[in-house]
Amino acid sequence: MDFAPVLHGFSVVVEPTNLLYCLIGVVIGMLVGVLPGLGPAATIAILLPITFGIEPVTAIIMLAGIFYGAQYGGTITSVLLRLPGEASSVVTVFDGFALARQGKAGTALGIAAIGSFIGGTVSIVALTLVAPFVAGFALDFGPPEYTALALLGILLVATVGGGSRTKAVVAACIGLLLATVGRDTFTGAERFTFHNLNLGDGLDFVPIAMGLFGLGEILYNLEERHNAVKAPSTVANVWPSRADLRQSSGAIGRGSVLGFLLGILPGGGATIASLVAYAVEKRRAKNPERFGKGAVEGVAAPETANNAAATSSFIPLLTLGIPANATMAVIYGALLIQGVSVGPRLVTDEPDLFWGVVNSMYIGNILLLIMSIPLVGLFVKILRVRPAILAPITVLITLIGVYTVNNSVFDIGLVIVFGAVGYLMKKLGFEPGPLVLAFVLGSLLEDSLRRSLLIFDGDPTGFLSRPISGTLLLIFLLVILLPIITPTLARRRAPRRETTPSATKELV
Amino acid sequence: MTSAHSGANSLGSSGGRMAAGATPRAESATGSTTSVAPVSPIDEIPLEELSLEEAVQRVEELEHEGRPPVAGTLSNVLTALAVVALGIGTLIGSAELGVGTASKPGSGTWPLIVSVVTILLGVGLLFLARRTHDGERFARASLLVLVGLATMVVFVVLLPIIGFEIPAALLCFVWLRFLGREGWRLSALLSVALVAAFYLIFVGALSVPIPHLF
Repeated sequence: MDFAPVLHGFSVVVEPTNLLYCLIGVVIGMLVGVLPGLGPAATIAILLPITFGIEPVTAIIMLAGIFYGAQYGGTITSVLLRLPGEASSVVTVFDGFALARQGKAGTALGIAAIGSFIGGTVSIVALTLVAPFVAGFALDFGPPEYTALALLGILLVATVGGGSRTKAVVAACIGLLLATVGRDTFTGAERFTFHNLNLGDGLDFVPIAMGLFGLGEILYNLEERHNAVKAPSTVANVWPSRADLRQSSGAIGRGSVLGFLLGILPGGGATIASLVAYAVEKRRAKNPERFGKGAVEGVAAPETANNAAATSSFIPLLTLGIPANATMAVIYGALLIQGVSVGPRLVTDEPDLFWGVVNSMYIGNILLLIMSIPLVGLFVKILRVRPAILAPITVLITLIGVYTVNNSVFDIGLVIVFGAVGYLMKKLGFEPGPLVLAFVLGSLLEDSLRRSLLIFDGDPTGFLSRPISGTLLLIFLLVILLPIITPTLARRRAPRRETTPSATKELV
Repeated sequence: MTSAHSGANSLGSSGGRMAAGATPRAESATGSTTSVAPVSPIDEIPLEELSLEEAVQRVEELEHEGRPPVAGTLSNVLTALAVVALGIGTLIGSAELGVGTASKPGSGTWPLIVSVVTILLGVGLLFLARRTHDGERFARASLLVLVGLATMVVFVVLLPIIGFEIPAALLCFVWLRFLGREGWRLSALLSVALVAAFYLIFVGALSVPIPHLF
């Protein structure tokens, strides 16, 4: 492996603008993590318009910072208020809040920050070693491989997350249909434009992401009854003791590896990594009954794993051009807007961008460690800002922000429409994530499918005759069929028991 | 509040807790929206019995704390029908675009395939309607969402005519005072201050050509 571009990446990172945007990104991420309500995907979507005026590498450094910064911030509310700021910090609630009740909130936060730092850093090193290899392997992927890969990626993201699997796939289908709006690149025919000139070039990614994730989430939160929460004003003793560190060192090590591996998988990512890491620690523990009553490992493992996973989920995006989760789909959209072609060539064609973003994560993690140990009190104070005050500010930023992209009032209308759609989707149990992901991959998928069919002269069995696309499609079928077959078998084995239709099973 | 949700969510792992076909509609629609602080599901089961599945389930419960109750079967059926209708609509649209053949895919080929899958999934949802518990009921709180949407529509309609300042201040005020239940004075002052800040940033500093009055 050639390390010259890796080292050159550091010179990109230390440019003052990039350092500044890295700092801005992690601070915003930390804030978003602390404030319950908007998640990282929504925040990144809302901030898309401001990335237009800046360099691609700078923009992605900032957006990435928001993503992994949120993993740090989410811990704070989980531990102090039992209110997870982020989905990936929900398991931390069990032991983190128990520790806080014993007056050891500082220990929990300190261990979480150190674990996150180690997990993140291990994951960046592993990413540095693995990513060029994966990209090299994917270099000779043709349209059939991309068809299979995109199909599998969308299906995995739709089925692995929480909620109803069928509904998630419906959402993905809607995303694929929305991607067909506009002029057909092959024939030039207008599709689903309803003779509206604004739709001729297709739907823009920005209003869709901002509407579904941003406005949709704000509207959805309007219905929530907020219980008055009392934020503790100070947190003492954030430095964990030597004994605590020794006790959680194993959990941090295992969490790093697990998080890295689970983050790479499409549909995996921080939330599942944190759940699995917690379960593994509990299963390995000599006396598992300590878990839930304030076991330090119960905080260290999930917090390490979610950060490691957040970092490694960049691998499929930056090496294959396939986003592994909703947040990555938004970052993919940001790259497309910047005119960067995402795919296996990114590592060799745009080494500055690739290594700049990857190496900026070292700096980002150091900044976050500083913010979450000595400066944690500052972020605890932010908890006093009421969501009711933040909501209209976010709405206005969204409405005016989307206007600035094309200076178009039509786009404001579009973002409101998608805000309503996003609200309805969440309300009726459809996750917007798969829709956005399918939308960004839609044209790639259709293009490669049509090209493949031309290559195979209309014979769909051609997909199976190529080893890589064949294997991927086989996995695709397995993912569809397994959940249908296993409950049937289980029912036969235990006829008296109800089957388990919920999506919780496949999280394991 | 939690009774409906823990019932619905527990279906996932501790099977059999709910009789087949029973929908969690036991509670009245209004009872839940007005009830006092929810009892947290986390305190109900002793934590040492926590398996991963139960942990996942609790995660979901925690995320649903403070939310309206689960939707009934009728709402699930309507949702499924809407999905089917959407699929049929796009199916017709794709057929008009030209279906093409496998060796010569046309403009309509791909949307047609996706439409067929959508219709099949919609039919699947129809069959699962009685066992679906992930939708939420539209409660009185949903009116807040309509008000929120209305302020945005007013904003986008008025923007080209009178500029962004007045509609933005109006939006802020409604969200703060009526949706957020902040005080009159705070709402009014904050609305004006926010619009001033937005004006300085977008019009002053960034010179965005957004229609403005002043």
